[in-house]
Amino acid sequence: MKNWYMLTLVGKDQPGIVAEVSRVLFDAGGNLGEASMSRLGGNFTVMLMLHMDTGKESIKQMLQPICDKMDLFFHIDNIIAGLHQHIDPNFRLSVHGADQAGIVSAVAGSLAKSNFNILNLESDVGGSAEKPVYIMHIEGFADCSFLELEKSLQLLKIEKEIVMHLVPIDTMVG
Amino acid sequence: MAQLEILVYPDERLRQISQPVIEVDDEIRSFISDLEETLSSLPGCVGIAAPQVGRLERIIIIDVSSRQHHKNHGHRVLINPLITFKEGDVVGREGCLSVPDYTGKVSRSKNIAVTAQNELGTHVKYEMVGYEARALQHEIDHLDGKLFIDSLVGKRNDLKKRTDF
Repeated sequence: MKNWYMLTLVGKDQPGIVAEVSRVLFDAGGNLGEASMSRLGGNFTVMLMLHMDTGKESIKQMLQPICDKMDLFFHIDNIIAGLHQHIDPNFRLSVHGADQAGIVSAVAGSLAKSNFNILNLESDVGGSAEKPVYIMHIEGFADCSFLELEKSLQLLKIEKEIVMHLVPIDTMVG
Repeated sequence: MAQLEILVYPDERLRQISQPVIEVDDEIRSFISDLEETLSSLPGCVGIAAPQVGRLERIIIIDVSSRQHHKNHGHRVLINPLITFKEGDVVGREGCLSVPDYTGKVSRSKNIAVTAQNELGTHVKYEMVGYEARALQHEIDHLDGKLFIDSLVGKRNDLKKRTDF
């Protein structure tokens, strides 16, 4: 019986990581599910859903040589796949401002009070080394009105001196 | 009247180019009634195209009147629709009856002018904006064998405030 795993890989970015890792997994009979890869601060990061009839220890042994060769750390966990259960976001929040500690905590904390479920979060540190700028995009679902959610974020704009744009996502289905 | 089965990707019929309707007759109107019943049975859905039920003719229905905050013309049957003008680009999120459990961002023209025939065969012309224009373009794409997943834009977006999500 096949099991689902979540495979996490982190390391210095270089061309060919996805190709090498996916080849090893495919050759061993693995099937990939949903995945998210990002280059964060020059580091390669990926999370892969992996469907295999091999046990966790065997997968580790299989991946170790390629991870040693490409200087990657990896981690693997058993998961329940839960495919075909996507939640569509109904709000999108863009945030930017002078980089400072606590932006994510403050914004996420405020959203959590509205039971906002963050479905996707991406952030970058742009600008120059002397004047870094923090830019974040959040998409998620909240069972409240646009005005209620926008009002709940008002104080933060002033406290953190950040710019926030909240927009409703009205998915068109045809 | 009957509810029709929705074809689901990767059904090859969704990739075919639909043919123009030569004559808007009672048989076409009977099919449109079935298509309307099918659309109305699908909550949250604002449009449908004939090829989505396996009929490869250029017929679409759009009705975004349930989204009252978007400017719209209400329920419209468009036969042989032809876009005669388009301008502006806006990114918005779309889903499709024929691609279940997936939504993604697509760039569409913001303002559209379209000519078509209605269910009586009368020639009509509409100007549509924003959400309604998006629905129209999505459905016309079906007539040309295109799906929204052919036109996805990346996850990352600029910081410009969008009005068409």
